[in-house]
Amino acid sequence: MSSQAASPASTPPPLNYLNAHYGIRSWLLTTDHKRIALLYLASVTFFFILGGTFAGLIRIHLLTPRGYLVTPETYNKLFTMHGIVMIFFFLIPSIPAVLGNFLIPMMIGAKDLAFPKLNLLSWYIYNLGALFALFAIINGGVDTGWTFYTPFSSLYSNTSVAPAAIGIFITGFTSILTGLNFVVTIHTMRAPGMTWFRLPIFVWAHYATSVIFILGTPVIAITLLLVALERLFHFGFFNPALGGDPILFQHLFWFYSHPAVYIMILPAMGVVSEIIPTLSRKPLFGYPFVAAASMAIAVIGFFVWAHHMFVAGQSPYSALVFSLLSYMVAIPSAVKVFNWVATLYKGSISYDTPMLYALGFIGLFVVGGLTGLFLACLGVDVHVHDTYFVIAHFHYIMVGGAVMAYMGGLHFWWPKITGRMYPESVARVAAVILFVGFNLTFFPQFILGYLGMPRRYHNYPPEFQVFNVMSTAGASILAVGYILPMIYFIWSMRYGAVAPRNPWPGTGLEWQTPSPPPTENFEKTPVVTWEPYDFYNRPDLGLTGPEPPSPPGSGPALSPAGDD
Amino acid sequence: MQRTGELFGQFQNLDQQREASSLGMWVFLITEVMFFGGLFLAYTINRSAYPAVFAMASRELDVHLGALNTGVLILSSFTMAMAVWSSQQGRKKQLIAFLIATLVLGGVFLGVKYVEWSAKFHHHLVPGSSFAFPEAHGDVGTIAHAQLFFSLYFGLTGLHALHMIVGVGLLTWLLIHAARGRFTAEYNTPVEICGLYWHFVDIVWIFLFPLLYLIDLHR
Repeated sequence: MSSQAASPASTPPPLNYLNAHYGIRSWLLTTDHKRIALLYLASVTFFFILGGTFAGLIRIHLLTPRGYLVTPETYNKLFTMHGIVMIFFFLIPSIPAVLGNFLIPMMIGAKDLAFPKLNLLSWYIYNLGALFALFAIINGGVDTGWTFYTPFSSLYSNTSVAPAAIGIFITGFTSILTGLNFVVTIHTMRAPGMTWFRLPIFVWAHYATSVIFILGTPVIAITLLLVALERLFHFGFFNPALGGDPILFQHLFWFYSHPAVYIMILPAMGVVSEIIPTLSRKPLFGYPFVAAASMAIAVIGFFVWAHHMFVAGQSPYSALVFSLLSYMVAIPSAVKVFNWVATLYKGSISYDTPMLYALGFIGLFVVGGLTGLFLACLGVDVHVHDTYFVIAHFHYIMVGGAVMAYMGGLHFWWPKITGRMYPESVARVAAVILFVGFNLTFFPQFILGYLGMPRRYHNYPPEFQVFNVMSTAGASILAVGYILPMIYFIWSMRYGAVAPRNPWPGTGLEWQTPSPPPTENFEKTPVVTWEPYDFYNRPDLGLTGPEPPSPPGSGPALSPAGDD
Repeated sequence: MQRTGELFGQFQNLDQQREASSLGMWVFLITEVMFFGGLFLAYTINRSAYPAVFAMASRELDVHLGALNTGVLILSSFTMAMAVWSSQQGRKKQLIAFLIATLVLGGVFLGVKYVEWSAKFHHHLVPGSSFAFPEAHGDVGTIAHAQLFFSLYFGLTGLHALHMIVGVGLLTWLLIHAARGRFTAEYNTPVEICGLYWHFVDIVWIFLFPLLYLIDLHR
């Protein structure tokens, strides 16, 4: 951009999106995507703490084989509400609604999303759904498991299933509208010169995520609506007594809820794809393949759902097909992992906090992904189905993958969001604590599951105690790893060092605007004349490569002119 | 974001705004297809499992009222298309007339639907403990499966009626703004995208009518 660091405008505190307006009204009625992102940040953090508290209670209860803390009924409710809160109210909105909302318009050089009012409405819808879920929790909780399997959920459970289902139904519209907003924005609002293959991978990842939001969320909406109708008005689609089919529920549920895993992991991959090139000062290896891999995961991800139902009595032939398709998802996932590693290779790596999270992500995602292949294998799945092996697997993906990347992304863009730097040394320690705590919590669960400890039980045979104690100890370390950033993030908003426009430096458009950005994002509409992640040819950022721009394998990312 | 005339501040120009709005509605309609798709899947599975009972239960529906409503909706699609055309031509009076016509036809549809539904309540054809299906002659399985048919009937037509009510709300909103002269030959995107929505809701009914009313009519 034309205005460099030494512009006279930086002497008085310039107007930005945070100080342009004051007062509670200016926040609750804002249509600024950056402010809405912060509203989401507050909401999802609340639910993260709530869901984390449920998880903590579960872990404390499982310290002893008999479990003295809560009754079996309460235990059922704890793991159910942990799952519902964490999945529907934290993980699914976390990266898209917070980081995606904040960054997508800036990354493509737009003033806002295409539908700012719809964006604000989405946040209100989220909170409306959240109120229903909170009501379900306060009203005694839900005990069906987050999967709401029928006919237990539709006929037999005496807990607040309908409010919880309606809450998730309502919150689903947040996903739908956010996905719609992102797709339309990415299609129609790109700045001049911002071609599809100049988009940051973060944007590609969110485009793929939005496709899942759009195609998947309506299906879970209608499914949970049918469960609620079955409870309230005696519809019978899932009721075997009327000739309905409980397995139909499982198919419909997993048609959304398996792709939902990709809703969690694709944006996380997008975050990591930003951090790794930037903090190793090297163009992303194989950009078009990383972009295409996001789309491939989104598409193939829709055809693997029945791998959750290998022991539910489906036909062995369909099980075979779904097993094969599940293996196929590993291909684009592995493409991404190899490309990140190849980007690191011979890079000038700085171990700033976001990089620690990104490296942690790669390791934990590989473990989570490979154990996912064990589960996609028909024979192995019969052995470990519904055991702690499954629990460990998906926590490696969701916590080790999605939450690690979310934390990494928060650190990476914190200077942009708040205009302040977080304290680097404390943050690095916290990242290491988080990594250690995570592995101590969940790795023993792989062993527990393989030895046969089933999930969702409130007690267990005494020989499993040592692994459960390890897991609970790890959870307490993990908690420290989460509480520390919460403290220093809040601290840094007031006392952190003032962040420059482009601290890392990054090549994306979001770094070309002041930190924090003005309400309109850019002083004037940017014109993109460079290729993505080109860390060798950006003298405007002080980035000139040590070598001529022709390292092997970088493909079109390094060609001097655009192909458009 | 500030608004200058009909251009909202986040957009560079009216073309971009129109493109975004129209794409937004198409994407929304895709989500609607998936939403109804879940119910259509339930229909497909249950009907292929119990074809005979579904045929029997289908005879309980009033095919004449269903056909009437189909005609009403097709006509309303025509008037809606004419409304869009009028707004593109900048013909305000014509636009208002066609919007009113569409609104009236939508109202007629909902009125007929109300008559049909109250008849179902009257004949104990609503799923639940008071459900009665005399044609089953006491056969428990047939009664249960007929109840599934009526669950689908109320689920599908209820959801469709809900969309009609939203559509009527949108038409009312359009009518108010059309009366204020907001739509011109240059700016008529709201009319156009509400039209897309209205046609979509009509198309859903085009599928519902044969699937619910006509499955046993060939005999």
